[in-house]
Amino acid sequence: MHREMHRGMTAAAALGAARSAAGRLLGMAVTLLVTSFLVFSSLYLAPGDPAGFLVKGRSPSPQELATIRQQYGFDDPFPVRYWHWLEGVLHGDFGRSYLFHQSVAEVLASRLPATLLLVGVSTLMIAVVGIGAGIVGALRRGTRTGSAVLLLVTVGAAVPSFVAAIVLRSLFGVNLGWFPTIGNGTGVLDRLHHVVLPAIALSVTFMALVTRVTRSAMLDELRREHVEVALSRGLPRRTVIRRHVLCNALGPIVTVGGLLVSGMLVSTAIVETAFGMSGIGSLLVQCVDQLDFQVVQAIVLLVVAAFVVVNTLVDLVHPLIDPRVGTAGGAR
Amino acid sequence: MPLLEYEALHVALPGMARPILDGVSLSVAEGEAVALVGESGSGKSVTARAALGLFPDGAETGGQVRVDGAELVGADAATLRAVRTSKASMIFQDPRAGINPVRRIGDFLTEQLRLVGGRSRAEAEARALELLGAVGLPDPPRHLRQYPHQMSGGMLQRVMIAGALTAEPRLLLCDEPTTALDVTTQAEIMSTLRRLQRDDGLGLLLITHDLDLAAATCDRIYVMYAGRIVETGTAAGLLAAPRHPYTAGLLGSSPPLDGPLTRLVPVPGTPMSLAESAPGCAFADRCRFVRPGLCDQAPPALAPVGTGLVACHRAEELTALGGPATAPDPATPALAATPALAAPATEENR
Repeated sequence: MHREMHRGMTAAAALGAARSAAGRLLGMAVTLLVTSFLVFSSLYLAPGDPAGFLVKGRSPSPQELATIRQQYGFDDPFPVRYWHWLEGVLHGDFGRSYLFHQSVAEVLASRLPATLLLVGVSTLMIAVVGIGAGIVGALRRGTRTGSAVLLLVTVGAAVPSFVAAIVLRSLFGVNLGWFPTIGNGTGVLDRLHHVVLPAIALSVTFMALVTRVTRSAMLDELRREHVEVALSRGLPRRTVIRRHVLCNALGPIVTVGGLLVSGMLVSTAIVETAFGMSGIGSLLVQCVDQLDFQVVQAIVLLVVAAFVVVNTLVDLVHPLIDPRVGTAGGAR
Repeated sequence: MPLLEYEALHVALPGMARPILDGVSLSVAEGEAVALVGESGSGKSVTARAALGLFPDGAETGGQVRVDGAELVGADAATLRAVRTSKASMIFQDPRAGINPVRRIGDFLTEQLRLVGGRSRAEAEARALELLGAVGLPDPPRHLRQYPHQMSGGMLQRVMIAGALTAEPRLLLCDEPTTALDVTTQAEIMSTLRRLQRDDGLGLLLITHDLDLAAATCDRIYVMYAGRIVETGTAAGLLAAPRHPYTAGLLGSSPPLDGPLTRLVPVPGTPMSLAESAPGCAFADRCRFVRPGLCDQAPPALAPVGTGLVACHRAEELTALGGPATAPDPATPALAATPALAAPATEENR
């Protein structure tokens, strides 16, 4: 009988979880739709005429210009253009790049792996170094090591990625010659070798942020009475830190991690340009410069989509970290 | 040899005007229930934690605390772990704060056995189920899978008790185990505690601010004030004839459980903080029997009076007058209405 009750409750809880997950997915779709509208309209309002770019270097007659405008649909009313674009996007067609004479999807696909590698390596560095330094900073508070962590956090948070990029390039790239200073590299090892300095430049600020959040979350949890209870039961300090301090401190760390995603993707524009890498970030700079609106739209939408997806995942992971989240109706 | 023995335990935080604990000596024998009574800030919780070798961060310690012969002051990690995992365990005041909210009850109950006791998960869970039943919870298998926020405070305190018993300790330390609970659950929790203590012949040290509860539960009582033991004796003796003005004040400020209701008389003033110190008796500022020139000279030592020990310069004298509870009031009418006596107390408590 108890067993049945238990199963019934689990089913109800599962249903509730499925419903809230469905709600989140719907919210995600709405967010992306609204974003697509904002992205499209903001570029529509931006100064500069794409038709002018297409005929750059020539002096077309007004008729020719009108033909181009008509071909590309530049004269259609705004809602029509938005609808055409949105329809295309929903079918995976982001339009054509004026700059590369390729479909936007092809352009992005050729640039995406480099950026994913950069962001992936940076994320790993941020997670390992940021969380690690945060833990050390919390456990060694008041000692020389703890103060050193705090100092590095302050310095790290104050260094913009372009400054970090310049310093790293000149020091480890040019002077010491340990790392290449430009390009993406070919082959797995060479690519990794090329991505080390950019990844460090990209992660410094975010590392400092994660360290700070980890440290303060750990300190909050260390003060909890259940930590003292666990110690009073003879559990080794290391075990208590792992099971009752770090696990409980994960909530804020994961939340901040989710918020960092957009910042990192935007910063790739600076870092990739600084290191002459060919990725989404440098592509964005290039296309904004050359008024290649189709590509810019696709990249901005991609960044927003990545942000929304990651933060939806964070929301879905939260109840696993802290069972008090999101069980208001279900499991009681 | 007593199960738990404090000898002149001294705990001080640097920079504070007075030590947290100043020469505390007390003992709990095998199977004996002993209460330590005092107001908040008197040092009773620090005393109880010392029995597990838990001292405040950065505290200077002196004296001795022995559990089953093992010395805890200045002990190494291995000794501490041995005592904490097999000899003594503590039931904390607020189970809501004392049990990790993000882990299951089963995890709380089994982690000690699995991680330090070397038992398998199945063995530890069997023990947890047995204990959940023993503390009077209705559905042990279900509770094992529950999270703390899915249980009431009273149920959680039972879980806390079960958690304290997993390693089969000889000594149970209870730090205000019912203070955070509803009045109706308090009695049930206390009777559960008392039953388990009697059945297993455990030594019990109950920390409480409630003298009546202490007397109803325990064999002997220690009364603590500002880090010192001011009176000790059998529960019955202490309740019937308190010898220290502070004990009498505590009794006079709580309603009697039986008999006619009389007007409650609060103990005037506030307990001494760690930033304050007194050259003489720490209670002198709040004592209605204070005698200048005597009480403010040196702190009184514990000395036998009647059946117990009392630390009061005027203990003999007051006993001759019929004890501090009934001795004629030096100031009439009621103390609170007398500015001459009430004022200095508050002034010196700055």
